Amino acid sequence: MKRVVSIVAFALGLAFTSCGSPTASSDSTKAAPARQILINGAGATFPYPMYSKWFDEYHRKFPNIQINYQSIGSGGGIRQILEGTVDFGASDGPMTDEQLKQAKTKILHFPTVLGADVAAYNIPGITEELNFTSDALAAIFLGKIKKWNDPELKKANPSVSLPDKDIVVVHRSDGSGTTYVWVDYLSKISPEWKSKVGMSTSVNWPVGLGGKGNEGVAGLIKQTPDSIGYVELIYAIQNKMSYGKVRNSAGKFVKADLMSVTAAAAGASKQMPEDFRVSITDSTGPDAYPISSFTWLLIPSKIEDPMKKKALTDFLEWMLTDGQSMVEALSYAKLPAEVVVMEQKAIAQVQ
Amino acid sequence: MTTASPTIDRPASPQHKFVQRLLRGDQIAHLITLIFASAIILVTALLFFELFRSSALTRQKFGFSFLMTTTWDPVALEFGALPFIYGTLVTSALALIIGVPLGLGAAVFLAELAPPRVSDGLAFLIELLAAVPSVIYGLLAIFTLIPLLRDYIAPVLRSTLGFLPFFRGPSYGVGLLAAGTVLAIMILPFIISISREVLLAVPREQREASLALGATRWETASHVVVPYAKAGIIGSIFLALARALGETMAVTMVIGNDPKINASLFAPGYSIAAVIANEFSEATSDIYISALIELGLVLFCITIAVNAIARLLILATTRKSTAHS
Amino acid sequence: MFAMTGLCAAVAVSVLFFILGYLLWQGGRTLNWQFFTQLPAPVGETGGGFANAIIGSAKLLLLASLIGVPIGFLGGVYLAEFGGTTWAFIVRYTTDLLNGVPSIVMGIFAYALIVLPMKHFSTFAGGVALGVMMIPIAVRSTEEFLRAVPNSLREGALALGATKWRAIATVVIPAAMRGIITGIMLDVARVAGETAPLLFTAFNNRFSSPGWNQPTSSLPVMIFTYAIAPYEDWHRQAWAAGLVLLSLVLVTNIAARFILRRQSLVLRG
Repeated sequence: MKRVVSIVAFALGLAFTSCGSPTASSDSTKAAPARQILINGAGATFPYPMYSKWFDEYHRKFPNIQINYQSIGSGGGIRQILEGTVDFGASDGPMTDEQLKQAKTKILHFPTVLGADVAAYNIPGITEELNFTSDALAAIFLGKIKKWNDPELKKANPSVSLPDKDIVVVHRSDGSGTTYVWVDYLSKISPEWKSKVGMSTSVNWPVGLGGKGNEGVAGLIKQTPDSIGYVELIYAIQNKMSYGKVRNSAGKFVKADLMSVTAAAAGASKQMPEDFRVSITDSTGPDAYPISSFTWLLIPSKIEDPMKKKALTDFLEWMLTDGQSMVEALSYAKLPAEVVVMEQKAIAQVQ
Repeated sequence: MTTASPTIDRPASPQHKFVQRLLRGDQIAHLITLIFASAIILVTALLFFELFRSSALTRQKFGFSFLMTTTWDPVALEFGALPFIYGTLVTSALALIIGVPLGLGAAVFLAELAPPRVSDGLAFLIELLAAVPSVIYGLLAIFTLIPLLRDYIAPVLRSTLGFLPFFRGPSYGVGLLAAGTVLAIMILPFIISISREVLLAVPREQREASLALGATRWETASHVVVPYAKAGIIGSIFLALARALGETMAVTMVIGNDPKINASLFAPGYSIAAVIANEFSEATSDIYISALIELGLVLFCITIAVNAIARLLILATTRKSTAHS
Repeated sequence: MFAMTGLCAAVAVSVLFFILGYLLWQGGRTLNWQFFTQLPAPVGETGGGFANAIIGSAKLLLLASLIGVPIGFLGGVYLAEFGGTTWAFIVRYTTDLLNGVPSIVMGIFAYALIVLPMKHFSTFAGGVALGVMMIPIAVRSTEEFLRAVPNSLREGALALGATKWRAIATVVIPAAMRGIITGIMLDVARVAGETAPLLFTAFNNRFSSPGWNQPTSSLPVMIFTYAIAPYEDWHRQAWAAGLVLLSLVLVTNIAARFILRRQSLVLRG
């Protein structure tokens, strides 16, 4: 009995230590298989559906390159790339100057796609699209507007019979770029928000429930009647959630989609700073969706392992060309042409 | 034969060599087991050291006021532990309020009323509950308990007990009540199995004396057996409490993740373990990380204290009665 | 009044059946061959499986056992056979302390000790966190079962001329072996379900990487991630994974009981 146990244990141990990817088992039959390169990245949940698709496609194209991306929130992406525990980070809130100072190697920002934060809600019985003024959104998240049939909301939605129910606010419980985009916008249009709460990847929310990741917030909104929260556009679409129009600086109620998000980036792309850190919330332009944002990959400027460096830089090039052709299927907007050109030049900065 | 003490010098004869090896064998065995046992002390000391060292920033900045402040503001870098201590204590207290009567009742049934084979069988099943992982409790709670609480139980509570500050305000499903309920279910098996053992250990003479004096079985159980085992039962409650305090996953999935202090049980809250789980990998500044680690240290200290009390109490009972092995 | 207590017991037992039944119902529908052999699909797409999580959990448990079992077992031997000193008292007290560490704090510990210096999330860090969690229970159960061996056996061996260590190794430990093994089985089953310590040590991995110094997926972490997400397909997979995990844990527990029952019969005879 003992011998059987020890033989089985030994065999299991051998099997697991040499275990590779189950779906790539054909590799092991080749004489000299290409070296498996695993690159670890972590960060924003905002672009996660896109990155997940990209890395999957890239792995299909180059089976020996595995890019493992974990969506733990932009705050996590920033922290882990600063600690050096991942090979690259991702964030929709650009790193602040202080954070950049903390980095041991310089961190470069590479925009990948354009996306939007939408106000998703779940009101049983209401199927119409709601209009939200910027003041209304700030007031809801400040806890000043407490019920769905508040006069401010009724004013913007005269034809909808809003129920007399308490609004359940849902926000992020983790450090989030999606949050950053949202509160960046709220700080711009509401002085009260700016002074009371401020903007960062993690804030002291006046009211609401906390969900982990865009996924957690979407999950909570779906499960909780009379709730409202902010999620990235694709999460609302993939989960068939209702989301409202927001009034932009030109006074128009705009729904988030490819056109309105692209319009939001139009002005900024002409004046893109060298390090690509820019905010495009509340941008001018009649058709711009006011809560749009770039999202960035955070790449160290110096990568020790030459194979990893090549894999990453190759991926960046692929992302800027083939990758961009996939983004619209997932409701993200393509990068403006000028930005792509700038980035292709900037890839050389990765040593 | 030389009577020199065993040394590495070559001995004179094969028998002497054998004796030496035998003697060294005992010492070696003692040494090996001692080393491994001491590894435990090393690891624990290292744990304390790491926790202490990494929380230095906030300990120096806030001192003891860390435990009293209610603001948790990562932007302004103001950190206070009170909302989390509140959430942890409230959910654990709720778990005890729901779990102890239920658990004690079941334990009394199993120890006093049920025939031995039924008692053993049921006890075995209940102990299996203790093996269910926390994340599975959380998974079930999200899809069964939350809708139940939100749509059925909360309205009833609000209409009957709404005059109390605990049952006011909107109910989201997730919140302190949900977390407390899940915790109650999770600690049930601990309370039941330990209380049952403790009750079974009460000497038969006590029961027989009570019955001889004319008491009914129920009176015997409630007035004689349970009080006799009181210390052990309270010990089991403390053990269950220690378990509830440290519970992470099931709580973070249903507590609502809002660091505020609210009298209402329907409101969302936050516990120490839950905030660490949610925010640790993303704390973007050193002082933020330090605050989270200090929270971990606080939790650890609380569980140490509770565990210590529990052990003393259980020890007291099992010594008192004629022991069970 | 007794009826009320009976009701309490019934509630407690029915919770177990509810958990089992619900998981069987929800998880059973999704469980298929794909679940065990495929990697997860990209976000938002249906299909895929949990192969990497299953392998990851197995690797983590193997490593955890390599750390927890030797220290726990030998520590327990020390306490039972060579104990009685002040040092033994300190060891026992420290073991209890270690047992009370909340699992999330253990994760912080492993992160500071291993992930930061290594500059990597890794299976190794996760295995260490779980291994350290295994130690106290392994110590306690080993010590208990060794103590339960009647002294007559020890004395008999010594009377036949064995040295202390030979008596322990060849007589006492084998006599307690069944109990010790069941204790370890239960220990492994317990850490198999732990999620918190893995969140920032083993992290998570879309793929299944060979070796020990890369992040790894695991059943509990995947269940957590999928359960709080909005995708229906992910929920279904979380149920299936929950069923697999719970089945493994329960089967181990039940098997341990049966082995123990035979053990106590052996000792009595």
